[in-house]
Amino acid sequence: MFKNRYFWLFASPLGILLLWEACTRSGFLDARFFPAPSAVFHYLIFTSPGEGLWTDVSASLYRIFWGYLAGCAGGIALGVTMGLNHIVRIMVYPLVALLYPIPKIAVLPLIMLVFGIGEMSKIVVVAIGSFFLVLINTLHGVDSVAKIYHDVAQVYRIKKTSFVLRVILPGALPAIFTGLKLAIGYSLVIVVAAEFSGADAGIGYLIWQSWETFSIKAMYAGIFVIGVLGLFFSLALNLLERRLTPWRDK
Amino acid sequence: MQISVAQLSKTFSRKKQQTVAYKNLNFQIRQGEFFCILGPSGCGKTSLLRTIAGLETATSGELSIRSTDSLKQGTVGMVFQEHGLFPWMTTRNNIRFLLENNVQMINRDLDAIVNEFIDLVGLKAFADYFPHQLSGGMRQRISIARSFANEPDILLMDEPFVFLDYQTRCALHGLLLDIWQRKKKTLVFVTHDIEEAVFLADRVLVMSAHPGTVKNIIEIKLPRPREFLALRKLPAYQNQVSELMALLREECEPFRHKDKQSF
Repeated sequence: MFKNRYFWLFASPLGILLLWEACTRSGFLDARFFPAPSAVFHYLIFTSPGEGLWTDVSASLYRIFWGYLAGCAGGIALGVTMGLNHIVRIMVYPLVALLYPIPKIAVLPLIMLVFGIGEMSKIVVVAIGSFFLVLINTLHGVDSVAKIYHDVAQVYRIKKTSFVLRVILPGALPAIFTGLKLAIGYSLVIVVAAEFSGADAGIGYLIWQSWETFSIKAMYAGIFVIGVLGLFFSLALNLLERRLTPWRDK
Repeated sequence: MQISVAQLSKTFSRKKQQTVAYKNLNFQIRQGEFFCILGPSGCGKTSLLRTIAGLETATSGELSIRSTDSLKQGTVGMVFQEHGLFPWMTTRNNIRFLLENNVQMINRDLDAIVNEFIDLVGLKAFADYFPHQLSGGMRQRISIARSFANEPDILLMDEPFVFLDYQTRCALHGLLLDIWQRKKKTLVFVTHDIEEAVFLADRVLVMSAHPGTVKNIIEIKLPRPREFLALRKLPAYQNQVSELMALLREECEPFRHKDKQSF
């Protein structure tokens, strides 16, 4: 059991939950503000679904899916272009450096002004957030492709598309995955924040509504769902990374 | 002549500082010849090879590379110090990828060519391995296989065995000579190892350093096929080695004098 990696994977979050459970049950924590995890799970499994949990989760997933997909695709495409074309790089880099540090949620009102208060504005803000993280990591990845591979490609007259698809992209893939992993976590952060205001469904909406109606267990249920989604996304991306980079097996 | 070099010079300029890589080189390389460029480190021999490969351009002078059977510009293949295999491709795909991009290979059975050359370097059992799963010697064998498989007019090798241990190097010398004799390609081989040059070459160009110039071109009159253990017992072999050693030693003299003066 102790040699199984999945045991250790779940051991640390489980430990924290057990500690929390003990603190609430012993009265050390106020159960009104910090309900025991067992009570939250009970609520999550037996009450939340009846209150439209799946509507909220699927609304958030829909926004993350399209926003993340568009942002990552754009980030990889521009990152590779900047990495290979000196002029594009010089022209675009100041814009990236300028726009990247602006908190994406700070421009949500502006985005809503342009794209309306519907789905599109939430998808766009997730896309923008993912875009910069993937772009910066992709650019770093393209730069990290060793000079010798450029030399080999030049001597053997590798065609441009072959060079990009079969030399640059695989070479940059480890760094791209770093970007993809950062971006999926950030997408969750952004989508929840975007749903706090101007949404009628979503995990963020669920949490905010629950807070306003002092439905604390429902609020925790929403938070748990985010955590579980984050864990699931990370594991899925790790699995995908191992599949797509078989030459890096350890 | 496959390669003609006339008054070829290269100077690197970096922030007002000029470094001469090589200067006023004149020599010719014959078709099908095994030509070694021998010199101390920093004599510009790698730079010269990269110029022939088209990876660098000379500052002045003329370089002509002729195709074997037409008047066109000749094609080159290159083996680098480090293998330069793509880590994300298996042995098979590392060879195949270059063939797919080679216009000479259109309408050819690429799989057959790949198999032939994997066989030729004795790596049939490792065709579907990634480079990191193979030893340094195996990787360099793939690198050699891939360069020959492309059927370039000229093969360029930049100290391909420098990072290998002695035994592996000896084995690969034999393998390289064997493939070269079968495929009859012009081969330009850069090295700083005198015995390596004598064992492999038809002619050895000895370069002097700072700046890199042609010091001498020595014909190696040793019989082929060559076998290392037998060859090294021959007085002719030892004489060739001694002759080259004397030439290269002169190259190191100026540094000694400089050192003495500074004390």
